[in-house]
Amino acid sequence: MMKKRIQLLDEQLIIKDASKALGMPGRRLFGKRALSLGALSMLSGCGLTNENSVEKMLMSISRFNDGAQALLFDPTQLAQTYPESMITTPFPFNAFYAESEVPEIDEDYTLELSGMIANKDEWTLAALTALPQTSQITRHICVEGWSAIGKWGGVMFSDFLHRVGADTTAKFVGFRCADDYFTSIDMATALHPQTLLTLTYADQVLPAKYGYPMKLRMPTKLGYKNPKHITEIFVSNTNPGGYWEDQGYNWFGGS
Amino acid sequence: MNSLAVETTKPIHPAWMRITHWLNAIAVVIMVMSGWKIYNASPIFDFKFLGAITLGGWLGGAIQWHFAAMWLFAVNGVFYITLNILGGRYRAKFWPINVGGFLNDVKQALGGRLAHDDLSKYNMVQKSAYLLVTLALMILILSGLVVWKSVQFPLLLSLMNGYDNARIVHFWAMAFVVIFLAIHLVMVALVPRTLLTMFRGR
Ligand code: HEM
Repeated sequence: MMKKRIQLLDEQLIIKDASKALGMPGRRLFGKRALSLGALSMLSGCGLTNENSVEKMLMSISRFNDGAQALLFDPTQLAQTYPESMITTPFPFNAFYAESEVPEIDEDYTLELSGMIANKDEWTLAALTALPQTSQITRHICVEGWSAIGKWGGVMFSDFLHRVGADTTAKFVGFRCADDYFTSIDMATALHPQTLLTLTYADQVLPAKYGYPMKLRMPTKLGYKNPKHITEIFVSNTNPGGYWEDQGYNWFGGS
Repeated sequence: MNSLAVETTKPIHPAWMRITHWLNAIAVVIMVMSGWKIYNASPIFDFKFLGAITLGGWLGGAIQWHFAAMWLFAVNGVFYITLNILGGRYRAKFWPINVGGFLNDVKQALGGRLAHDDLSKYNMVQKSAYLLVTLALMILILSGLVVWKSVQFPLLLSLMNGYDNARIVHFWAMAFVVIFLAIHLVMVALVPRTLLTMFRGR
């Protein structure tokens, strides 16, 4: 019975998931062996085709849950904010790779815009820093269940979208990142007043491990929906998916 | 004689109660097992659940199971409670309930003297166990809503005393349900005729 359940998963998903866990320092050596063992056991006698229908059903319910969350999402409902004294230190690092593999981004970085945006001029970091800035102390909630409070500062994303003439009647905003991460969000969340194009963490220039040069911070969404090291922002009417979302994490990912 | 004949044609458990019970059992087992896998991704306490007794294979799969079964669990639960209230079954089956009677029935049960000749009547232990587990399941839903969408339910969030505490409430309500289920299954094994009534209605 149990064996059957375990077969339900797509072997690729586990390997991906495992390689994420591997990213955590200290577990890597052990993990490499566990991964190959796990991969081996997955290959032996798995009737993956039988379980595809269950997976399809779960995926379509997950799509249904996207819709339910969009309905539940109140564009004026603010996430709770906290005093400085409640900030979690050190704020945890989390990515699908180890902290030593955080991308290094040099000074001549520019942010590209594409898709349904009127003014697609590139943005330098200096130009972004010159825009009106705001900050918030909110709770970051990870899909794994842990949470941490941090202080992020930057440009209100709705301001930015309006400034560059983004078509805000479009459905999706997509992000491509320097660490090959990618994700996308619904327009309603993009326009939420607490959605910030953050350039600072704890009043300092955003450190590399938290997403230098910029991270999109949404206290209304789970951690994996908050892209770091953003290099391109685009607006679209077709759902661009995302790194984790394409593997089975819920696309809407609200919190 | 006549009145007895009438009584036996009326099922001990109405069909809607039997159906909602079994749907609930399926939903609860899926939610508990996938919930254990989700717990393992970031344990609250100093232990993890054995991987073999969890459902979903990895965090993403477990979440998909959890948030698929929640619809069955919630809709079915609303049906069960609504029909119990509207049909007056709560009053008929679960009333009266009192502490003295409860303690007496526990004593009888421990001595193996608790009578089960009339399966259409619940003793005090049954009444309290079923009502308490129903309450625990409601607490699971309320705390679960906070863990799922803490921003969209600010009132529930403060009722649960914050996100992290909602996880703890969610955990203990789960633990209560699991302990109930273990005892529930032992009781069913001790009085197997009750299982028959849960399938056939009599
Ligand atoms: C999975 C195996 C299960 C079996 C074999 C089982 C069996 C039974 C039986 C035989 C009864 C009737 C007992 C009696 O006459 O006193 C009953 C009632 C009940 N069971 Fe279960 N059950 C199971 C799972 C569950 C679960 C998972 C829950 C909830 C967490 C649950 C909650 C209840 C409740 C609340 C009642 C009383 C319902 C009412 O009278 O309205 N059961 N069950």
